[in-house]
Amino acid sequence: MTMSSDTRPSPEALLATARHEGGGRLKIFLGAAPGVGKTYAMLGAAHNRQRQGVDLAIGIVETHGRPETIALVEGLEVITRKSIEHNGRKLDEMDIDAVIARSPALVIVDELAHTNAPGSRHRKRFLDVEELLAAGIDVYTTLNIQHLESLNDAVAQITGIRVRETVPDRIMERADEVELVDISVEDLLGRLRDGKVYLPDQAERAIGNYFRPGNLSALRQLALRHTAERVGDQMHTYMRAHAIPGPWPTQERLLVSIGPSPLSQRLVRAARRMADRRHAEWMAVYVETPRHYRLADADRERVARTLRLAEELGGEAITIPGEEIAEDLIRFARSRNVTEIVIGKSLRSRWFELLHGSVVGKLIRDSRDIDIYVVTGDEEESAIGTAPARRSPGRSPLLDDLLWSILGAGGAGAAAYILGSLISLPNLLMIFLVGVMASAVGRGLRASILASVLGVLIYDFFFVRPLLTFTIASLQDLLALAIFLLVAIIISNLTARIRDQAAAARRREERTAALYGLSRAIAGAVGLNRVLEAIVAQVGNDLRAKVAVLLPGAEGMTQRAVYPAGAGLNDQEQGAATWAWEHNQAAGRGTDTLPGKSWLYLPLRGSDGVAGVMAISPDTTDTIIPPDQRRLLEALADQAAVAIERARLAHDIERARLASERDRLQATLLSSISHDLRTPLASILGSVTTLRQKDTGLTEETRHDLLATIQEEAERLNRFVGNLLDITRLESGALRINREWVEISDVIGTALSRLVRQLEHHRLDIAVETGLPLLRLDFVLIEQVFVNLLDNAARYSPAGTTIGIHACRRDGSVEIDVTDQGQGVPPEDLERIFDKFYRVEHGDRQIAGTGLGLSICRGIVEEHDGTISAISPGHGGIGTIFRIIIPIDAESPVVERSEQ
Amino acid sequence: MSQQPTRILVVDDEPQIRRFLRASLGVHHYQIIEAATGEEGLTRAVADHPDLVILDLGLPDIDGTEVIRRLREWSKVPIIILSVRGRESDKIDALDRGADDYVTKPFGIGELLARIRAALRHQLQSETDQPLFRAGGLAVDLARRAVTVDDREIRLTPKEYELLRHLVIHAGKVLTHQYLLREVWGPTFMRETHYLRVYVGTLRQKIEPEPAQPRYILTEPGVGYRLRDADE
Repeated sequence: MTMSSDTRPSPEALLATARHEGGGRLKIFLGAAPGVGKTYAMLGAAHNRQRQGVDLAIGIVETHGRPETIALVEGLEVITRKSIEHNGRKLDEMDIDAVIARSPALVIVDELAHTNAPGSRHRKRFLDVEELLAAGIDVYTTLNIQHLESLNDAVAQITGIRVRETVPDRIMERADEVELVDISVEDLLGRLRDGKVYLPDQAERAIGNYFRPGNLSALRQLALRHTAERVGDQMHTYMRAHAIPGPWPTQERLLVSIGPSPLSQRLVRAARRMADRRHAEWMAVYVETPRHYRLADADRERVARTLRLAEELGGEAITIPGEEIAEDLIRFARSRNVTEIVIGKSLRSRWFELLHGSVVGKLIRDSRDIDIYVVTGDEEESAIGTAPARRSPGRSPLLDDLLWSILGAGGAGAAAYILGSLISLPNLLMIFLVGVMASAVGRGLRASILASVLGVLIYDFFFVRPLLTFTIASLQDLLALAIFLLVAIIISNLTARIRDQAAAARRREERTAALYGLSRAIAGAVGLNRVLEAIVAQVGNDLRAKVAVLLPGAEGMTQRAVYPAGAGLNDQEQGAATWAWEHNQAAGRGTDTLPGKSWLYLPLRGSDGVAGVMAISPDTTDTIIPPDQRRLLEALADQAAVAIERARLAHDIERARLASERDRLQATLLSSISHDLRTPLASILGSVTTLRQKDTGLTEETRHDLLATIQEEAERLNRFVGNLLDITRLESGALRINREWVEISDVIGTALSRLVRQLEHHRLDIAVETGLPLLRLDFVLIEQVFVNLLDNAARYSPAGTTIGIHACRRDGSVEIDVTDQGQGVPPEDLERIFDKFYRVEHGDRQIAGTGLGLSICRGIVEEHDGTISAISPGHGGIGTIFRIIIPIDAESPVVERSEQ
Repeated sequence: MSQQPTRILVVDDEPQIRRFLRASLGVHHYQIIEAATGEEGLTRAVADHPDLVILDLGLPDIDGTEVIRRLREWSKVPIIILSVRGRESDKIDALDRGADDYVTKPFGIGELLARIRAALRHQLQSETDQPLFRAGGLAVDLARRAVTVDDREIRLTPKEYELLRHLVIHAGKVLTHQYLLREVWGPTFMRETHYLRVYVGTLRQKIEPEPAQPRYILTEPGVGYRLRDADE
C-alpha cells in the first residue's frame, strides 16, 4: 500500500484538533446586541443537554428579574456565587474554585466579556472560562459582537459608544462552536419597547443613540459576517485535517509586517487567512527600530501581543533589529524566500512621510519579484481601549523638553548677546546651532525642534533689525533665518537619531549581557542545586530584584533557591506559584491572574513541560512590570528552564548509571560471597564432622591435617570478612583516617610479623633506606595495605622465590615497591586488578582470593593522597611490582636528641 | 601456700565464646566464672573476687568501658578486654580507663594465654621484684641498668633506657603511646608520638637482630608497643 503524501492530514491541522481535545469544549452564543435572547437560547440548550443526561451546572447567570429567564433557570443546578467585598460594596462573582471542585461536565457562564470585581482571581471572566476549559470542563457562554476586541473600533465608529469590556479574538478562535442568536432589528426594537431588554445603568444615557435601527443593522451585519467567516475557516480546517485534497502549492511564503498599531492584530488575522487560502507558510515580522524604545509601554506590549497572536495562529513570529523598516523587511524577506509581503496602509501623517519616506512606497519600489499587499486600515491609529501609556512619575516629558529647549535656546541667546560685539550678525546664528545640538543630545528630537524655533524667535527679536520686534526687515536676514531653521531641524533629526540608536544599542546590550551572564553562570554550575542557585543569584543581581525558583515536589511547589538569602515566599504567595505551574501561565504581579501579589510568577517552560516556576519581585514600588523587562524575564526563564531540565537529565543519567553499576556489583558480590564464604565453611564443617565421628580410627597425622585445615579455613574466612568490612567502610565513607607520625619500616615490620606463617616458604628481601622521614599515616590501614600486598605476593608466586620490599625517597615522596617472582599480570589486567572482585584468570586452578584485597589497597592509599600501581613484568622480566607512592608531609617533625 | 586455682571471670554475651573459653582455659587449670551482661559481671566480681577478668567490650546492657570504670573504683584485678579490629580507639579508651591488655577477636588461644600470664605476673610482680628480665638473646638487668643482646653489652641513651625499662617492667603487656610518652618524656609530650616512633626505631636498631622484622619490641598498630615476653 502506498500513501501519497498529499492526502495525509497536515500535522498542524491535526495538532489544532488535538489541542482542543485536551481541554473542555467551548460554545459561544453570539449576538449582535443586548436583548437578542442569547441567555435564553443558552439556557434552552442547557435544558436540552440535561435531558440528554449531561451533568451540568450554572456557574453564573444574570436573570435581571426577567420571568422567562428565571423560569429557565428552574430545574438547573446553580453553584453558589462568591461574595467579594470591594470599597464597602458587596459584589457577587462566579466561584471558580467551587465550579472546579464540583466539576460538572458542562458549566453555564453568562456574559463572557464581564470584568470581575477587584480581588477576584482573574481580572476578566474570559480568563475564568479559559481556566475552566483547561480543567476539562465544557463551557456555554454568551457574547455580544461589540465586545470582540478586533471589532472594538468598528463598533465604536458605528455606534459612537466605546465598549470598555473586550474579549480577545483568541477566545472566539478557540471556541469549538459558535451559535449566532439572531432576531430581526424590528423584533429587537419591539422587545426594547416592551421593556424586555435589560440595560446597565451607564448605557441608558446612550440608549437613544445605541438602539437606532441603523446601528443595530450594522451590528447585526458584523455578527453575521463574523460567523460566516468563521464557518469558512472551519470548513478549510476540516478539509485540511481530513486530507481532502486541494491545491497545495508549497512555494508560497507570506510575510506580514507588524507595528505597534492596534491594527496589526487585524493585519495578522488577515495574513493568516490569506496564507490559509494559499496554503502557504507565513510569518509575522516586527522590525525593531530605535523608535521602538520611544514607544509607550502599552504600544510595546501590543507589539509583543501581536507577535504572540501570530504564534498562536500558527505563524512564525520574528523580531529583527533594524534601521529602515522597508529595507530591512526586504532583506529579511529575500533571505527567507518570501513571495508576498502584507503590510498595513500607512497611518502616518503626510509630514512624517515627507521626512522619513513612506514605508509602503519604499517597499513597493524595492520589492521587485515580491508581491506587496497593502491592507487598508479604516480607522485612525489610536490607543483606544488600552491603558494610556504609563509614564515614570515626576515631571511630564513635554515639560522637560520645553525646559531643555528654553535652556538651550536661552543659553545660546545669552552667549550671543555677550559675543554680539565681537561677531558679525549672521555668524551669531552659529551659536544658536550649538544650543539646538545641546537640546538634541540632552533630550531628543522634540526638545531640539522646540529649541530651533525658540532660537529663531530669540534671534529675530533681539538681534535682527528692527530690534525687539518679530519683524524682519531685510531679505538677507530672512534667508539666514530660514536656512538656520532648516539646518537646525536636520541637525536635530540626525542627532536625535544617533541618540536613539545609542539608547537602543545600550538596551540590546543590556539584554544580551543579562542572557549571556545567565548562560555563563549556569554553564559553570554542576548539579541541580548549584544551577538553581546560579539562576536566582544571576537574575536577582541583574534585575536588582528578589528572585526565587520553585520546583514541584512531593508536597506541592517548594522553594528550592532564593536570592537574596532569606527573602522567601509566604504560603499565600505559594498558591500563586502553584497556579502558574499548573496552568503554564504567568501569574501574580502585573499579570491578569492574581495581580495583587507582590511577586511575578513565570512558568519555566522546558521541552518536557513546565519544569517549575520562577518568582520575581523587583525592588520598585511600581506594581507594573514594564513589558520590556517582562520579555527579558521570559527569555531568562526560558534559559533557566533549559538549564534545570539539563541538570535533571544529567542527574537522572548519573543515577541510572550508578544503579546499573550497583546492580552489576551486587551480582558479582553475591556470587563472590557465596563462593568465598561457603568454601571455607564447607572445609571446616567437613573436617569437624570427620573429627567427631566415633571409631573411625583416624591416625594422628590425619587428625592434625584436619585441624590444620580448620584453622586455615577459619583464618581465610576471617580475612574475607575483614576485607568485606574494609571495602564497605571505604565505599560508604565511614572509614575514619587516624593519622599519626609513622615510620614506614615499623609498618612493614608489623605487617611481616602478622604474616610469618604465610611467608614461611618465601625468601624475604627487605631494604628500607635509612633516614626516611616520618609519614603522617593511619598505621592500621597502611599496615593492612602491606598485609594484603604481601599475602598476594606469597599466594601468587611459587615457594622458594623471593618477595622484596624496597622503600626509598624519591623527590617529595616515599616510594615503596613490593615485588614478587610470580607469573606476573597480563598488561591488559594491570589496571583492572584494582577493581572490586576482579581476579586474573590463570587458566589453571584459581588461587583462592577475595578479589577485594587490591581494591582495598587502592582505596586506602588514595585516602592518604598516595598512588598505587602495578608493574609487570617486574625486575628481571618476571613477576609483578606493586608500587606505592606516598607524599612526604612538608612539616615532617624533627626530633631533638640533645640528651647525648 | 596451697595451690588454689586461678579464677577468671569471663564477661561476654556470646554463649559460644564462653563455652570455648571455659573448655580451653579449663584445660590450663583456670577456674571460670561466667557472666553474660555487664551488670552480672560487676555483681560476680564483687561476690567471687576473681583473679582476672576477661571482658568483651560490646555488651548488651552497659558499655564495656563503663564496666572497667566501675570495677576500677574498688578493685585492681587485671582486666583483659576482647575487641575487634578497626576499633583501636575503643581499645585505647579501655586501656586508659584501667584495662591491662586486650586481645583482638578472632584470636587463638595461645595469644590469650600469653596475655593472661603476663597480666597475672604483673599482679604478683609488685610484691616480688624481679630485677632481671630475659627474652631470647635480650637481657635487661634493672638493678645494674645493664642491657645485653647475646651477651654483648648495648649502650643506650638515658631516654632509650627509660623506654626499654618501662617495656621490661610491663613485659608482655601492651603499653599505649600516651602512657609511654607520659612516663618517659613527661605529660607535656603526650601528643608527640613521633618522639616515640624515632626512639623505638633507634632502640630497635640497637637491640634487634633484624630491625626490619623486630623480634622483641612489637608494634601494636594504632595502640602502642609491647615487649615480647620471655615465654612467648
